[in-house]
Amino acid sequence: MKIRSLEDLEEIAHRGIQKIKGEKIRIAVGLGTCGIATGADYVYTYFENAIKDLTERVFLTKVGCFGYCSEEPLVKVTIPGKPLTILSKVNPEETEEILRAVLSGEIPDKKALCKIEEWNHITEYMVYGKGLANIPSYSDLPFFRGQLKLVLRNAGLINPEDLEEYIAIGGYKSLHKALNMKPEEVIEEVKRAGLRGRGGAGFPTGLKWEITAKNESDEKYVICNADEGDPGAYMNRNELESDPHAVIEGMIIGGYAIGAKEGIIYIRAEYPLAIKRIETAIKQAREYGLLGENIFGSNFSFDIKIVKGAGAFVCGEETAMIASIEGKTGRPRPRPPFPAEKGLWGKPTSINNVETWCNIPIILAMGGERFSKVGKENNAGTKVFSLVGEVKRIGLVEVPLGTKLKTIVHDIGGGSPSGLKVKAVQIGGPSGGCIPEEGFDTPIDYESLRDLGTIMGSGGMVVMSEKTSMVETALFFIGFTSEESCGKCTPCREGLKQMLHILHKILSRRGSEEDLKLLEELSMTIQTTSLCGLGKTAPNPVLTTLRYFREEYEGLINDGKD
Amino acid sequence: MNNTKRAKELEEIILKHSSPAGRILSILEEIQEREGYLSKESLKYISKRLNIPLADLYSLVTFYSFFNLERGGKHTITVCMGTACYVKGAPKIIEELERRLGIKEGETTSDGIFTIKSARCFGACSMAPVVRINERIYGYVFPESLPSLLKLYGWKEK
Repeated sequence: MKIRSLEDLEEIAHRGIQKIKGEKIRIAVGLGTCGIATGADYVYTYFENAIKDLTERVFLTKVGCFGYCSEEPLVKVTIPGKPLTILSKVNPEETEEILRAVLSGEIPDKKALCKIEEWNHITEYMVYGKGLANIPSYSDLPFFRGQLKLVLRNAGLINPEDLEEYIAIGGYKSLHKALNMKPEEVIEEVKRAGLRGRGGAGFPTGLKWEITAKNESDEKYVICNADEGDPGAYMNRNELESDPHAVIEGMIIGGYAIGAKEGIIYIRAEYPLAIKRIETAIKQAREYGLLGENIFGSNFSFDIKIVKGAGAFVCGEETAMIASIEGKTGRPRPRPPFPAEKGLWGKPTSINNVETWCNIPIILAMGGERFSKVGKENNAGTKVFSLVGEVKRIGLVEVPLGTKLKTIVHDIGGGSPSGLKVKAVQIGGPSGGCIPEEGFDTPIDYESLRDLGTIMGSGGMVVMSEKTSMVETALFFIGFTSEESCGKCTPCREGLKQMLHILHKILSRRGSEEDLKLLEELSMTIQTTSLCGLGKTAPNPVLTTLRYFREEYEGLINDGKD
Repeated sequence: MNNTKRAKELEEIILKHSSPAGRILSILEEIQEREGYLSKESLKYISKRLNIPLADLYSLVTFYSFFNLERGGKHTITVCMGTACYVKGAPKIIEELERRLGIKEGETTSDGIFTIKSARCFGACSMAPVVRINERIYGYVFPESLPSLLKLYGWKEK
């Protein structure tokens, strides 16, 4: 059916609710990439075989990832009237026992991680039920306690391949609301929210839209940057895998606000599952009339196309991405003109990161004013970080901006798993830097991170223990950027190669004090003379390690002198 | 593959990707998906058919790391070299694979069974170090666990 009105939306929501908390027992297996890599697909198959004759009583389904990666595979069980329960580290062999318990109205305590009695989807409020006193509450777990799930509010709880479940938790209501506003009012709302680009640079989203909207043209485009290239960052993958309709809804609203009829999702080829899920979601949205001609019976028409990236880190840069979509090698060009003025095919284009798009339906639902109160001044909202490396509790962590680094690493992450001392956190991927433990008191916001010599980036957070060599870490990143440099600007292409040589030299204990000076000099040159963000930020890993861990470089140099 | 059959397949792919945004990348990606690599013949055909100089196509396919100009082995083992994997010892996995299979990264065993590659990041950092064999991702892979993993794909210890 084609959705034309709020009533149509409610009718579908009613069907979706029956799946999420209907009369049947719901067993939902977390099937994100991480879950599957730990065998969640086998768990699903075992359940599937076991419930063959029980489909009258049990509803088995797939959900995305709930973010607690080190506890995967996760299975969520909802017995009607009772809290939703999350079971962790489920083996295929345990499925029968779980099923037996659940059928008799019980939850196997020893597999239970936590329970959720009610949940705020922002666009909808879900009450599951009370009880199960033996099982800890979601908010009692240290991993979840400091978190605030706005962007990840649906991830792991709804079936990403079922539009009806997304609508059940209030999906596409924000779009309906937006289409009943004037485009400039939508932009005003996003501006009021104070949302800044989640790709890393932090440019105000509403302002970007306003500039794109004001540039007159027969055609305009919106692009979703899903070329998540920073090693160590995977929140965009999860957002696409677990809640693809949120991205689509955000893009349709953005298209309406700036006056674009076409949206493009540029997604990296390394994410096959995310591609599959977003393809399915687009297909469903078209079937229900949420993409295509006259959305919600309005005059507004919009559609989305997927373009798969082919493995070039630099294509995350907006002008390189546009070149790549146009069928050229992905090399950046000078700005201005910015894409908001001359973007895809020379037309005004607004490029935003996956997570930025995810925030749009939330802003419309909450209202810009209320959204702007989350986080801290000038840094509204939340940010999702991928907390990995030498840390006890691994996973995707969403916190209000302004949360201190130590809260994430120690309170949420639980510090080092091996008893070794945590030495540093690498933030922002190859464009970011290493922050030493002394800096953990810093609130995470765009400006504070910049003052520390790093950037927010897309949100990769790799914890390093005292056994990690900082010089080797710097070498790793310079190796990365020197290979991924597109070669257009000589300082980036040749300079990074020279930095790599020097780092090798220092690591093989043939370095000198002069080399450290040369590293700093080269860094400065590359930063100031490169065209795009890749070159401008590539020296950060060296500069931050020189700033905070200079003694490691000097130790290697002095070793060589003996 | 004979020429008529190739032409028919390529025409099908070209037709499928008709809208301009991302057209060339999509066509090349689909050819590689079907054939396993980009053969010279296919590139020549596309060049002629879409009126793009072969040199430009060559520049394109060598710029993007996803494209292969040579046929790979039956099973491609890709070691993730992202930050989390690197910190947890991914370089040692490559070394061990190279030693076990007797080839270097980027090469294919003489029997055409295994190819070793490395990747930037699969975004499965939570279970680092990560190795992908064909389409399946394996988490928590360490040098000691490689033999049993390889055996799943028909490898025999000498």
